[in-house]
Amino acid sequence: MSVIDPSLIRFEEIVPPGANWSHVLKRGTTLRLTDPEGGANVAALMYNFELLPERLNLPDTLKCQHTARLTKGHCLYTDMGRILVSIVDDSSGWHDPLGGWSTAAIVARKYGERNYQTARNDWYRNAHDNFVTELGKYGMDERDLAMNVNFFSKVTVDETGRLSFDARHAKAGAFVDLRSEMNTLVVLNTCIHPLDPSPVYAPKPVQLTVYTSPPPGPDDFCRNFRPENQRGFILTERYFL
Amino acid sequence: MSTLTESPLDPGRAVYRSTILAGDPWIHVVRKGQTFRIVDLEGNQAADTLFFSAADPVDRYSAHDTIMEQGGIYLTTGTKLMSTRGHVLLTITADTCGRHDTLGGACACESNMVRYAIEKRFMHACRDSFLRGARQMGLGKRDLAHNINFFMNVPVTPDGGLTFEDGISAAGRYVEMCAEMDVIALISNCPQLNNPCNGYKPTPVEVLIWD
Repeated sequence: MSVIDPSLIRFEEIVPPGANWSHVLKRGTTLRLTDPEGGANVAALMYNFELLPERLNLPDTLKCQHTARLTKGHCLYTDMGRILVSIVDDSSGWHDPLGGWSTAAIVARKYGERNYQTARNDWYRNAHDNFVTELGKYGMDERDLAMNVNFFSKVTVDETGRLSFDARHAKAGAFVDLRSEMNTLVVLNTCIHPLDPSPVYAPKPVQLTVYTSPPPGPDDFCRNFRPENQRGFILTERYFL
Repeated sequence: MSTLTESPLDPGRAVYRSTILAGDPWIHVVRKGQTFRIVDLEGNQAADTLFFSAADPVDRYSAHDTIMEQGGIYLTTGTKLMSTRGHVLLTITADTCGRHDTLGGACACESNMVRYAIEKRFMHACRDSFLRGARQMGLGKRDLAHNINFFMNVPVTPDGGLTFEDGISAAGRYVEMCAEMDVIALISNCPQLNNPCNGYKPTPVEVLIWD
């Protein structure tokens, strides 16, 4: 479903380059991320809003689905075996769960520094510091950090374990739909990927659309994508009983 | 496959030696400048390991910062184990196994339910050991980030697959690292009985420390 029925849309927002955003994505809603210009990177962390120490666990997510990339059919798991969001649609085919976040040191090494005083809201920002700031608004701190997903970015691993960033991967108009299976605190920012080879500091915006979506039925694609996901949905649904 | 590197250190001169049974936690401070070795005594065991700055445990081992620092996902001799604040916790100085995992994480009762069967909930798992070990130094669940699996082989394929392969470790193989600051080392010697990576037979590991 690439076109969302306008009557289902709850709100839309554009996150400018390098900025923070967070929202408790309620069960029964889906968040669409759209890359309007191409070249976007959306660094994201997720938490069970009702039990914040329960957080996105990428090692569990990857090993239970035998994958090192994320796309349609995959579910994002907490450390408690429950599903935060499932990827119900995806035009890009690959979202990066390995590269982590940019830091002040990485940005300064590549691009130098530009502070708020001189650049106002075009100052240089990084995903790590953005995450810590946004988490602080929920009473959380560095202890609550975990490995993040980089939506729209593609990082491949060769046979010796070396990483490569595919700079042509993030195309204008690409989108991914994240259906909330819990009340999921989504904390994201539009900072550059740490492996972004761009010679100039040029993070990109992302468009967000939150819309109402039906609960996953017995024949749901993500539920049946793998037997592990069937069990993940059982555990998630038990949590609400 | 990387080159294997042996250590000149004599186990007889170690200042600390302890055997960790499968299913047990172990937590200990390794001082700056000390060398820390983990030995896979019987082969194909997984030593799930976390490190924290002893001075400020909020600054802890970070899998992706370590991966970014070296541009690759496997750990071996020369790897700097990085913290969330960009500090080097330890540097791997010897390795007779050749490859250690950064991505597989720890087993947990809850993830075992997803991976194997709902009924697996009651089997012992690394996360329970981590919680027991961490508590001895005042740490808890929020401090438990993604760990290293020493001696475990979790290859990522060029098309984005992730598999658990037979271990490439064997009896007596070891990995050794030098502490670049005072660190807390927390190990869960993995009790997993559902995964072929340890031949369904978890076994002891030994830890040694030299000044």
